[in-house]
Amino acid sequence: MCTGNEFLQPLEAFLADDKLTESDLIEILHFTQNHFGYIPDEAQLLIAKRLKIPTSRVYGVVTFYSYFTQVPKGDNQISICLGTACYIKGAQNVLNEFEKQLGISSGETTADRHFSINPTRCLGDCSKAPVVMVNDDIYSRVEPGDVSKILAKYRSDSQEAR
Amino acid sequence: MLHLTINDMPILVRKGTTILEAAKQLNIKIPTLCHLDLHDFKIVNESVSCRVCVVEEVGKDKMLTACSTPCREGMNIRTDSIKVIKARRMMVELLLSNHPTDCLICPKNGECELQALAADVGIKTIRYPGARTVTKVDRSSKSIIRDMSKCILCKRCETMCSTVQTVGTLTDVGRGFDTVVGTLLAKPMHETSCTFCGQCLAVCPTAALTEVNNEDKVWDALSSSKTVIVQTAPAVRVALGEIFGMAPGTDVTGKMVSALRAMGFDRVYDTNFAADVTIIEEASELVHRLTHNENLPLLTSCCPSWVKFIEHNYGDMLHIPSSCKSPHEMFGSIAKTYLAEKMGIDPKDMVVVSVMPCVAKKYESARPELASEEGISDVDIVITTRELGHMLKDLSLDFPNLPDSDFDDFMGESSGAASIFGTSGGVLEAAIRTAYEWVTGDYLESLDFTELRGLKGIKEAIIPLGDKQLRVAVSSGLGNARKLLDSIRSGEAQYDAIEIMACPGGCIDGGGQPYTHGDTEIIQKRMNAIYANDRKKIIRQSHKNPQVKKLYDEFLGEPYGEKAHQILHTTYTLRPKI
Amino acid sequence: MNFQELRDLQPIARKKLDERLAGNPDVEIYGDGYRLSGDYFRRQTRVVLRNSDIIDPLNIEEYIAMDGYRALADILEKEISPANVVETMIEAKLRGRGGAGFPAGRKWKEAHDYDAERKYVICNADEGDPGAYMDRHILESDPHAVLEGMAIAAYAIGADYGYIYVRAEYPIAVKRLRAAIAQAEERKLLGDNILGTDFCFHLELRLGAGAFVCGEATAMIESIEGRRGMPRFKRHRTAHKGLFGMPTIVNNVETLANVAGIYRNGPEWFKSIGTAGSPGTKVFALVGKIAEPGLVEVPMGTPLREIIYNIGGGIKDNKKFKAVQTGGPSGGCIPEQFLDIQVDFDELVRIGSIMGSGGMVIMDEDDCMVDIARFFMEFSVEESCGKCTPCRIGNKRILELLNKIIHGDGRERDLDYLKELSLVIRDTSLCGLGQSATNPVLSTLKYFEDEYKAHAIDKKCPAGVCKALKHYYISDACVGCGLCMRNCPTNCISGEPRSKHTINQESCVQCGTCVNVCPVKAIHVE
Ligand SMILES: Cc1cc2nc3c(=O)[nH]c(=O)nc-3n(C[C@H](O)[C@H](O)[C@H](O)COP(=O)(O)O)c2cc1C
Ligand code: SF4
Ligand code: SF4
Ligand code: SF4
Ligand code: SF4
Ligand code: SF4
Ligand code: SF4
Ligand code: SF4
Ligand code: SF4
Ligand code: FES
Ligand code: FES
Ligand code: FES
Repeated sequence: MCTGNEFLQPLEAFLADDKLTESDLIEILHFTQNHFGYIPDEAQLLIAKRLKIPTSRVYGVVTFYSYFTQVPKGDNQISICLGTACYIKGAQNVLNEFEKQLGISSGETTADRHFSINPTRCLGDCSKAPVVMVNDDIYSRVEPGDVSKILAKYRSDSQEAR
Repeated sequence: MLHLTINDMPILVRKGTTILEAAKQLNIKIPTLCHLDLHDFKIVNESVSCRVCVVEEVGKDKMLTACSTPCREGMNIRTDSIKVIKARRMMVELLLSNHPTDCLICPKNGECELQALAADVGIKTIRYPGARTVTKVDRSSKSIIRDMSKCILCKRCETMCSTVQTVGTLTDVGRGFDTVVGTLLAKPMHETSCTFCGQCLAVCPTAALTEVNNEDKVWDALSSSKTVIVQTAPAVRVALGEIFGMAPGTDVTGKMVSALRAMGFDRVYDTNFAADVTIIEEASELVHRLTHNENLPLLTSCCPSWVKFIEHNYGDMLHIPSSCKSPHEMFGSIAKTYLAEKMGIDPKDMVVVSVMPCVAKKYESARPELASEEGISDVDIVITTRELGHMLKDLSLDFPNLPDSDFDDFMGESSGAASIFGTSGGVLEAAIRTAYEWVTGDYLESLDFTELRGLKGIKEAIIPLGDKQLRVAVSSGLGNARKLLDSIRSGEAQYDAIEIMACPGGCIDGGGQPYTHGDTEIIQKRMNAIYANDRKKIIRQSHKNPQVKKLYDEFLGEPYGEKAHQILHTTYTLRPKI
Repeated sequence: MNFQELRDLQPIARKKLDERLAGNPDVEIYGDGYRLSGDYFRRQTRVVLRNSDIIDPLNIEEYIAMDGYRALADILEKEISPANVVETMIEAKLRGRGGAGFPAGRKWKEAHDYDAERKYVICNADEGDPGAYMDRHILESDPHAVLEGMAIAAYAIGADYGYIYVRAEYPIAVKRLRAAIAQAEERKLLGDNILGTDFCFHLELRLGAGAFVCGEATAMIESIEGRRGMPRFKRHRTAHKGLFGMPTIVNNVETLANVAGIYRNGPEWFKSIGTAGSPGTKVFALVGKIAEPGLVEVPMGTPLREIIYNIGGGIKDNKKFKAVQTGGPSGGCIPEQFLDIQVDFDELVRIGSIMGSGGMVIMDEDDCMVDIARFFMEFSVEESCGKCTPCRIGNKRILELLNKIIHGDGRERDLDYLKELSLVIRDTSLCGLGQSATNPVLSTLKYFEDEYKAHAIDKKCPAGVCKALKHYYISDACVGCGLCMRNCPTNCISGEPRSKHTINQESCVQCGTCVNVCPVKAIHVE
């Protein structure tokens, strides 16, 4: 299957595996999300065609799972745990501080696409609550006062990368 | 057999019986909402989501959904306890708390299952109002309006669209409170592969899915200076009476004609006339393909929803459907040419209104290829059986007591073969009644092909045709059509002719027919009425209709000839499968 | 590997492990094995966590060193019939650790007795309860224990295929599981012809995608089949018709991690731990306002007080205990009066909570119980799949009522509405999520009704959490320094220098800044 669309090429390559069936839909979407940072519309059409299922099925699945997004996310993913343990240890204040400093609400991405804030459920590190995860780095026992330090780290990171 | 008691009454039921079915045997009514059991078509909506049918198993906190829970030995069920009544009311109250309760100005007013239920359980106030689902109303298509603010997420539409029709236009989108029934990538309906069969809106209990209403357009035309002529499809006359409380299956042809005259139509004609023309063309096409042994099987093309289905899903097979327009379109193009000429009017001053059991015909009538070169549509306005019923109510006609009258001359004449177009198997049976005599030159003894009749999804028969065997199949419901097409594509099955209707059971169960609320017996009765119509006719074969002969003699010339092609045939378009 | 090779490897691997651990201050010798050192661990009974943080999870030989895969090998070598394997599990009375406490043996028997072409074992590693992380810890620290448990379950019911459905939020667990499966396959402890026998068992990982409801068994099956994770109406038992319409058992990580031990040591040994109704141990995630948060494994029936005070070191900062929330968003809040109950499945249900997956969140005097109920409700509303009316709309209405109360707009009758809605939602919802979502509300209403009344009627939040119900006042202690005035973000404090300042309640946003800056602590909250 070839759409001649260079953008979709990596997904096409992934879909070339002829063992894939309908039941692999979520695995395929994971690949798509990881690769593109979101699930593009064209990808949904392509996946439906490959699995021989209505595209509406793919769309229904994409919109059900909160892990999948249909809009591109920022370069740095800030996940603030709002699980029970973190919540009662003041995670909400930490979230508020991130929102204040970045000028966006949770679930949003900054205009320069450097940062996205995702409220997250339990990251499985409750004994060190409140927990914040930036990309794959875990920060524990975070207080609002730590926020600017954390952000600074990734500001310079992504500037270097540019 | 299992023993149980419901409201202290003992009952013995077979294994697999649901609590709802058992209660019904005891004449105990349990309200339902999401449940839909079209057993004659083997269609069940199993979402078990509304929870309106909950009953109490004595001694247990957790309640059971009567619609879906099978009886167990020794069960002790109550459907009348305070707990049940409270829970049931709360379900309705919760649904209404997320619903615009504007029944008075709602298209479903008086026919809505939610409204009826709210009245039954006596909701007087909503104690916990709160956030509501807000969505944009989708009016993009010519056939269907989607207003998800009125959706109760019963998923009946999805069952019809995805499981029964295998079209897959509708899906649930989002999660939790924000779930809605939507389309892929939230596209408007007209950009999807929806076939406009209307089966989703036929089963929708509320006004979340309704047909595009053209009543005002008809009233406007009737009050204009134009000549307005109306035609009615065969399935309309066996269902229209239901709207006026008449028994299902009552044939109201004569009253319907009187009522249409009373509305002010200049001519009241019969689509059945055009159905006879369709058979002349289609049977000719079949004979042509059989003698050349090409493009077989021939697929009938009367159903616009089925046509759109094959255009989206079987682009490689677009050469096999018959090129015949559907009967009401043939009627329109004959009316705007031959009839206009005879009446001495400019076709631009003629309005053709079709009364159809169908919502797809609304979309069909706007297809650009179904218009003259000057862009004059064959058919101008399509209304459904339901819309006609509303208009007649609006006129305050005492419909059941109207006298009978006859269609206007000429395009009002039809054979018994045309009558049966309204039910699954009818078109093929009609075509065989003609093709047989043409191929063999013999007189056809028995006109009834009973193997092709009934509500079964796929019917097959082998019909001796002189020294040949005609292998035919009939399917209704697009899921069954898909099965047939797949078996043809894979070479697994070989046929010479196939009839496909998108609606389960054919047009008698069309998306524009009076709501059956899941009662399949009504469909059966409409079907019986159709076959009774056929039996009543003296002429039961299309090629023997004298008016049709006259049309060919005076105007069309050779059946399947050049002029006929120009006026009565069409082309198909490859459409993306999305 | 075959049976003999496995037998030969064990002592060699053990020797290597002994050498590696020698002199490690974090572990101490205990019986013929090890345990982590320190009072915190000494007070626990580590059965499921026996290897955890001791062996290297990326090295299968260290698991084998601790008698890993011996139970599986014994069953296969002695050709114990699947029916007998099931029998042993029934005898051991292991109850599912995923929440409901359903006896694992009975589930296995249903699947074993039902004839089908194919059968499946699913490990539920979707651990979604916020505040619980024992499954993650098991998967990361001793993945082979879960794999061995799954293989035994598969043999018992006649399955040759299995899935581990694990949260995507657990990348390390995923990595270690992948490594463990690869190592086990390489040594023929998984895959085709395990240990040279006819028994085959293939395992595949499936990643969740951020939907708590997929922890529910039928929703998980939908998800593995590639659909929206919406629970099914159970016309048939999952053990008869589950994944792809075939007999399927779904067991929790901790349940499966218990399996090998039961076959190694026998059901009698297992039953000697815990209570008669709930044998074995349970791992709890002790978090919240506790002095020493962490995972605690104790025998079923251990008193709540012992877990919190003896092992967990009591309440953090010597505050006053208010409640312990067990069972996550499906559970309830337990007040002080029940601190002496002996925690097992049945006791928790008796007092209006549940075991759930074993989360234990400790709350102190600073926590507002209405706010806690709201927190859990918000979770359930966000995670509801949206299929059925009571859960989709009812829970949303409950959340709205709670918000109303917290914002000071509540009325007394709202408390009746809450109660009524909660009970009907509990009794009419399609799946466990809806059936238990109102537990936090019901239990707090039951044990902390006063707090609800304070909010709804007196418009006060006793714990001072609900901002809208908080008021800041300046007392006579004020020396008129003006610091508060200069720091208030909304300019709502006024006053002349050296005289008492006042706060304009209309524009105060309850940020608390003034309290922190006042040098004489003249500002208090009511
Ligand atoms: C909403 C909901 C979420 C659940 N989440 C989990 C979960 O995260 N992990 C789990 O093991 N079981 C979870 N369960 C319970 C499972 O449905 C199932 O009972 C369990 O996995 C069976 O395994 P067990 O018998 O070994 O406990 C959940 C149930 C519900 C209703
Ligand atoms: S859909 Fe039914 S209940 Fe809703 S407004 Fe219309 S008639 Fe009333
Ligand atoms: S039922 Fe009520 S709302 Fe409807 S028309 Fe009558 S008074 Fe008005
Ligand atoms: S009209 Fe037919 S094809 Fe279109 S959405 Fe409805 S059921 Fe599906
Ligand atoms: S649109 Fe109608 S049929 Fe479909 S789920 Fe909503 S209420 Fe039910
Ligand atoms: S079967 Fe009849 S009513 Fe149904 S879509 Fe086709 S033409 Fe219309
Ligand atoms: S109870 Fe909630 S999560 Fe469960 S099926 Fe109903 S809506 Fe979905
Ligand atoms: S609490 Fe904040 S807003 Fe209110 S008076 Fe103090 S500083 Fe100002
Ligand atoms: S900071 Fe304290 S002492 Fe100073 S003015 Fe404010 S209340 Fe008075
Ligand atoms: S609650 Fe935040 S890590 Fe568990
Ligand atoms: S009618 Fe039974 S759940 Fe809807
Ligand atoms: S700082 Fe000026 S009034 Fe508060």
